Amino acid sequence: MSAQRPALEGYLTEVDGVPHLLGSRCTACGTVYFPRLDSFCRHPDCDSDSFEDAPLSRRGRLWSYTNAAYQPPPPYVPVSDPYEPFAIAAVELDAERMVVLGQCATGVDVADLQVGMEMELVVEPLFSDEEGDALTWKWRPTASPLPQGEGGTVGAADGGERVA
Amino acid sequence: MSTAVHILGAGMHPWGKWGHHFTRYGVFAARAALAESGVDWRDVGFVSGAATVRCGYPGYVAGATFAQALGWQGAQVHTSYAACASGAQALNAARAKIAAGECEVALVVGADTTPKGFLKPNAGERPDDPDWVRFRLGITNPTYFALYARRRMALYGDTVEDFAQVKVKNAAHGADNERARYRKRFTAEDVANSPTVADPLRLMDVCATSDGGAALVVCSADYARRMGRADSPRVAAISTATPTFASSTVEMPDLATDSAASAEPHAFRATMPRAAFEQAGIGPEDVDVAEVYDLSTALELDWMEDLGLCPRGEAAQWLRRGDTAIGGKLPVNPSGGLACFGEAVPAQAIAQVCELHWQLTGTSGSRQIEGARVGVTANQGLFGHGSCVIVQR
Ligand SMILES: [Zn+2]
Repeated sequence: MSAQRPALEGYLTEVDGVPHLLGSRCTACGTVYFPRLDSFCRHPDCDSDSFEDAPLSRRGRLWSYTNAAYQPPPPYVPVSDPYEPFAIAAVELDAERMVVLGQCATGVDVADLQVGMEMELVVEPLFSDEEGDALTWKWRPTASPLPQGEGGTVGAADGGERVA
Repeated sequence: MSTAVHILGAGMHPWGKWGHHFTRYGVFAARAALAESGVDWRDVGFVSGAATVRCGYPGYVAGATFAQALGWQGAQVHTSYAACASGAQALNAARAKIAAGECEVALVVGADTTPKGFLKPNAGERPDDPDWVRFRLGITNPTYFALYARRRMALYGDTVEDFAQVKVKNAAHGADNERARYRKRFTAEDVANSPTVADPLRLMDVCATSDGGAALVVCSADYARRMGRADSPRVAAISTATPTFASSTVEMPDLATDSAASAEPHAFRATMPRAAFEQAGIGPEDVDVAEVYDLSTALELDWMEDLGLCPRGEAAQWLRRGDTAIGGKLPVNPSGGLACFGEAVPAQAIAQVCELHWQLTGTSGSRQIEGARVGVTANQGLFGHGSCVIVQR
């Protein structure tokens, strides 16, 4: 097995052996940030500079999706030659009321996706090199559905729009 | 004290991939605007340049670069950088200078030369730069446009055929515009046959990057009166507002929205024009013509709704009925928009106002909108920059 390292430092953590995105929470006003913030709180009514780690929900609803049909320019590192398009998801986390972008997991195509569906976080290589796998978060449709009551309305962040 | 400034003249360099230094486009546009205005260059008291960071060192000091190229004559100078909103900020600086009584007539100029291919960050490993991080994950600019487009399909039932019709309409508008880069009419089949860039958007749904330049000559109400031009179009409002926390739309270059768990969510694109309409003392129902940011075909539909020009979710219906074509209820992007021009970042917000000027002075030729008296523009850049300008006759 090859060595593994995070592709981006400080973006992922584990809670009870399960991977989560690592955000930070302002200890004064409670606002959660991702990517993590530990300089100055961005809430306009808060001047705190004190933060604590805040692992984010690892499930949410698909806000929207697309793919990268053309190979992105550097610093993206191509993983196949010829280039294979990958899907990209924007997932709305219910508790944090925040939309987080990411690649979709290997094997997930745009045809598998639908706005509003439940998604979950997995960790996979972003790319691999002589040092081993560089790991990142990816989104995939949830294997088992969210428990009743845990889901929010789709698009709550835009002011209560619902999927038709 | 009135903050309205009059537009005496507008000018552009034709847009394309010309490969010249950006100064050449800016000077060409400035001279065209000065010629149209009837103002002598030596009478200009303030040069307001819109800058780009891609032009290298002279780009950062665009105002002085243009002033030197036109010939030093002692004018005061200013440079604005705000990504795609740079031109509106440059216009705003000129308006403020005139309103403060510090000058009577100002020249506003933006010009750019753009490399081929995806816009991308500079070389080097910069994991603390959010723009670098999203590109590391393969999240290019079209990703964001496609997310908005897919969202429209899910929420409102828009189709890829609707998006293609935006291109068809704007291409028809720009076909006779001698300043546009692409002057070819396209069909829905042409769009459908172009390769996918970011599902559901195809190459012809996404705007190109261009070289180009645009300029305006603006002045105080007194100066316009003395020129016998008291009836020239007025810049009635400029909004360059930032978003309100918690900003709820995932914007370039961010990986995530603000969390709305501890603050009410706000949709930036809709709040910015509200400030402009308030400033002008009119409403979206008064608008006769709009030049909006069609970075992608689907984004034009978002902007129509965010500007309040049509009810939320109904932009595609307006498009299908022909309401947004020249001759329709509310023509959108009569210039041809970015679909026909492509992006020349510091020039585009100025170019939108140039088009409104020509529409409101009845000098738009074959793309003229009959009796246009009120126009609005919308524009959006990186890191929550946006702009919205209202021009009134
Ligand atoms: Zn705080």
